Amino acid sequence: MSEFDSAIAIFSQEAAELLSEMEKALLLLESDPNNSEIINSLFRAMHTIKGSSGLFGFAAIVSFTHEAESVLDQVRKGERQIDAELISVLLDSKDHTAMLIDHCLTDNQAPLPEELQSAGLKLIERLCGPRETSLQVSAQTGGKLVAEGGVELSIDDSWLILLDFQTDAFRNGIDPLSFIHYLKTHGEIKQILTITPTMPSGEAMDPENCYLHFKIAFVSAASKKTIESIFEFAADDCEIKILPPNSKIQEYLDLMQSLDTNQVTRLGEMLVEVGALTQNDVNQALKSQQLAQACEAETAKPLGEILVAQNAIQQPVVEQALKIQELNKQKQASEANFIRVDATKLGLLINLVGELVTSSAAMNLIVERYGLSDADDIATNMNSLVNNIRDTALELRMVQIGETFSRFRRVVRDVSKDLNKNIELYIKGGETELDKTVVEKINDPLMHLIRNSLDHGIESPAERIAAGKSPQGSLQLTAFHQSGHVVIQIDDDGAGLNSEKIVAKAIANGLIKPDHGLSKQEIYNLIFSAGLSTKDQATNLSGRGVGMDVVKRNIDELRGTVSIDSVEGQGVSITIQLPLTLAIIDGFMVSTGEERYIIPLDRVVECVELEPSEYEINFVEHYINLRGEVLPYLRLGDYFQQRDSNHNKRESIVVIRTGKTKVGLVVDELHGEYQTVIKPLGKVFENLKGIAGATILGDGNVALILDVQMLFQMAIKKRNKAGKYIKNVASGNAG
Amino acid sequence: MVIEVKKQKKTDFQLAIKGEMTIYTALEQKQALYKHLLSVKTLQIDLGGVTEIDSAGIQLLMFLKQEAESRQIKLSLIEHSHPVVEAFELLNLSHHFGDPIMISAEWKSS
Repeated sequence: MSEFDSAIAIFSQEAAELLSEMEKALLLLESDPNNSEIINSLFRAMHTIKGSSGLFGFAAIVSFTHEAESVLDQVRKGERQIDAELISVLLDSKDHTAMLIDHCLTDNQAPLPEELQSAGLKLIERLCGPRETSLQVSAQTGGKLVAEGGVELSIDDSWLILLDFQTDAFRNGIDPLSFIHYLKTHGEIKQILTITPTMPSGEAMDPENCYLHFKIAFVSAASKKTIESIFEFAADDCEIKILPPNSKIQEYLDLMQSLDTNQVTRLGEMLVEVGALTQNDVNQALKSQQLAQACEAETAKPLGEILVAQNAIQQPVVEQALKIQELNKQKQASEANFIRVDATKLGLLINLVGELVTSSAAMNLIVERYGLSDADDIATNMNSLVNNIRDTALELRMVQIGETFSRFRRVVRDVSKDLNKNIELYIKGGETELDKTVVEKINDPLMHLIRNSLDHGIESPAERIAAGKSPQGSLQLTAFHQSGHVVIQIDDDGAGLNSEKIVAKAIANGLIKPDHGLSKQEIYNLIFSAGLSTKDQATNLSGRGVGMDVVKRNIDELRGTVSIDSVEGQGVSITIQLPLTLAIIDGFMVSTGEERYIIPLDRVVECVELEPSEYEINFVEHYINLRGEVLPYLRLGDYFQQRDSNHNKRESIVVIRTGKTKVGLVVDELHGEYQTVIKPLGKVFENLKGIAGATILGDGNVALILDVQMLFQMAIKKRNKAGKYIKNVASGNAG
Repeated sequence: MVIEVKKQKKTDFQLAIKGEMTIYTALEQKQALYKHLLSVKTLQIDLGGVTEIDSAGIQLLMFLKQEAESRQIKLSLIEHSHPVVEAFELLNLSHHFGDPIMISAEWKSS
């Protein structure tokens, strides 16, 4: 790859990231149109794309992004108001930019296709349209504070001290007069207002309560901290606010500029460092922020806003501090935080770590076999190091699912517009991390499920109102970790599944027989079978009955599971369980005969001895009554090795679980935990049921990794064959 | 009693406060003074005898002023003693009460 090509590759990747960020920002802006941070990021995105396109001579991109950039600049300066119209134009502009980039990257020499050109012109027109009617934002208020009573306190060169004494101040031996006396020793009181805004009239006034508030303009060279310390003694009985003089503000701003820019400090910390705030101010503001969060009545305000509202500091200082904070963040983000690494290099590393895990297992085996007690310590130490390396290496590939989720915002927005529905997407747990390869592969199934929900699930506003629901439908995407798995849930509050329709369709398609005897849950899961759609009319979005089976297959390929639950009329909830990673797992090794098998450890619930005298076991119908719980079980030896089970031998049963159901696997021997590097099986074994892969053991032998999901079905099938009796017992004991 | 009635003419009262006006006397003084507020039209308070005044005392005077205003009583403070003037000056209250303050020559020297 020549240098130019690699530069182009970086450009395209960067532009794609910027554009996806821009889309996210625009969608955020819909709910929060005045957030200057978002507007700034939009501007930066356009600006950066314009700049780098210029470097490569992509004139078409430059001329278009220039227009978008200048509009965003107007917004940023407050000359233009952001509204729904502008947001959707900007969204279109973003798409257009992406197309332009595509065009330039594929063939920069070719002239711009006509439709792109005209679309661009149209967009520019829409972008620049209401330029004349732009709004002018009023100038900032000058350096005056108006006190109640109409007297203006000029604070140009004096501190403004606000003292609001609490009612108990006198009783606690505080005499405000003496503090003001003392204050005089530190500087000159230019102006003082004594007011009693809270004093009741008549009998209600308790002369032993303190109702006094003071506003003092104070000229002094002392620092904020010194001034605050004057009132330290009264701090418990008095709300003290000290605003720096305007002349000081400049000083703070200068100081902030000179702060170490290589560190992102917290807003409060930064302001304390330059002396604009004292630790006390910050603590108080944080406390009220926490309080607001705890109440949840209103969304907690950012710290800066609270500080300004508390009169602890002036707006410009906070703004400047925020700006610097943002700058530092960006600097860090661009400089230190990320190194772009080729994904194949990472893959190689992970493979090597896999080999390392295997050979460390081999070493342990040797150490154990020859009883090398000297090497024991070293082996243990190395083992834990290998474990750490394994975890860290796998973590390298972990990405947050949030980005994938937020891509669906656009989908939901566009689709609901197309369908004239009003649907809000809620995202929870976007910070949940999982393997990048898993994230990539889960994207399509998720897209499919979401489109399904949007199209079939959530009704039109009219239907919703008729059903007594709010006209706005909601779709929630949730991700969280659960015992070594990532769980992704898609919940909608739509019409839900109609089990009768599904059954009718399934019977018509020959999937089940009329006397199916399936539970509701099982019926719902039928929609994952091929060729089943309950939508009467197929639309261009979904409903052709292909897809759900593909979804299921894709998820199966990831060694995940998908299940669906629904309450008719109230919505559908789809739960996808995925393994955290595809490369290395913690396994539980068992053996039957000579063969060794690995069960994913997180599936194992417990192991008990298969002891007929202790548990009621039905050897014919393959179930065991385990402390009142009826479990179907499967003999691994019978299943894989076709041997006839020998009931005289000592055996164990491993109870495994997926979701809420459990089954038992009967094995000869338990070997315990084993770090398992998953090696995919070749094409020949692709159709082997019950095996998900293989791993190489320390002694060079191969162990098969069990596909728990599949074994489950086999076990349950066996149980079903075994007759109705068990079914009744099982359902009687379920839950 | 630290408050004595100096003159009384139907609804015109002149009171004199003697001794301290502090948190220790505030409750008693408030009750006594408030009683008068209920009946008078004009009230003069002689502060000449106030030997000490603290925030509670100041607050009490501010309360009287506020009450008088709401009841349309003409309240005037007269003969401010040295401690009262000092406190008024410190808190910039002379303007608030609006009463002329006599400053006698001997204070300046002290």
